[in-house]
Amino acid sequence: MTVALAARGLGKRYGRRWALSGCTLEVPAGHVAGLVGPNGAGKTTLLQLAVGLIEPSAGSIAVLGEEVAATPAQLARVGFVAQDTPLYASLSVADHLRLGAALNPRWDAALAQARCARIGLDRAQRAGTLSGGQRAQLALTLAIAKRPELLVLDEPVASLDPLARREFLQALMEFTAEHTVSVLLSSHLVADLERVCDHLILLAEGHVQLSGEVDELLASHRRLSGPRRDSARLPSSQQVVEETHTDRQSTLLIRTKEPVIDPAWTVEEVSLEDIVLAYMGRPAGDPELVKVGQ
Amino acid sequence: MIEFHLDSRSGVSPYLQLVHQVRHALRLGLLREGDQLPTVKDVVARLAINPNTVLKAYRELEHAGLVAARPGVGTFVTGSSLADPALAAHGPLRRELRGWMVKARRAGLDEESIEALFRDAVRSARIEGVA
Repeated sequence: MTVALAARGLGKRYGRRWALSGCTLEVPAGHVAGLVGPNGAGKTTLLQLAVGLIEPSAGSIAVLGEEVAATPAQLARVGFVAQDTPLYASLSVADHLRLGAALNPRWDAALAQARCARIGLDRAQRAGTLSGGQRAQLALTLAIAKRPELLVLDEPVASLDPLARREFLQALMEFTAEHTVSVLLSSHLVADLERVCDHLILLAEGHVQLSGEVDELLASHRRLSGPRRDSARLPSSQQVVEETHTDRQSTLLIRTKEPVIDPAWTVEEVSLEDIVLAYMGRPAGDPELVKVGQ
Repeated sequence: MIEFHLDSRSGVSPYLQLVHQVRHALRLGLLREGDQLPTVKDVVARLAINPNTVLKAYRELEHAGLVAARPGVGTFVTGSSLADPALAAHGPLRRELRGWMVKARRAGLDEESIEALFRDAVRSARIEGVA
């Protein structure tokens, strides 16, 4: 299995509005892919299409090499943690685990028990009385104890405090270290994703703006600042992502595979957050710049 | 055993930060031949970081001949190829740099100007190396 998720010309329309359109992307298996973008960019729509909760209005989407379909066989291979980690408020922790065992053919009871013990969840406690962090951890436990090959999480840490957020991501990363699994998670906070993701997909206004490996994104972008210069006069190996000029100075964010040797520029490395923000401001889905690492 | 840390604002990819930290520790003699690097699982648990990132860093260090993986046991520092000659050279170079700093201060440069000048010199040297 080499591809965790593949979309081709994928689109979803609600009434007259396209929540997602012309989405073509591929996420290799064995990676932790981060889906970023502003609110309303189509992140949740893409994730719901990936797990078969909704059907595409255009194009196609496949997970783990198979067209998405809500068949029992495929559902067993995909784990999903929806936004706000929904649980049954009146059921206890133990009830949730029993439910998981009854509903999932590959349920790993030992893993579920071990994780509950480690987080310090009281098995008799009702889910409705758990803290936000505990609730998220229980939802994650249920999703990973079904032993999915692809784990999809929609904004799993958005509502958590920084400590609970770190603990959640630690648990998620430990799981990926111990088991062969692909992960796709969305967030509007790039800083959360920088450590945990090795692949990044940027959505804005229903389009894919950027998709590639995090290391490659960081290695191929630089900020140049120096005396004012027309960006059309840059070498052809340097693509301008973002530019600002004052009457004396130019500041450019460029993508290049070669070192910048022009001594007039001060060259700086750029954080993932800066890269994401620069691409967000670009016109929708500039095809020349979408894919990194080709 | 060394402990890794990550700076998310640096623009340097996390795997390179891990590589740099090991090289740095070797250079300063904090890591010596036979020392074990933290296991991938330990690093993942401590930093909440992607396991592929740690594996990539360890592979690169292995490729450079600085560490070797013993399957099922862990990753160990092999030679002190970075440490010995580099460490020996540290002392004199540091003394020269101190002397230069004194001159720079006397010329009226503050810390920010000194750092800017130093960075600029490092960069020019690198450019000359490339060109």
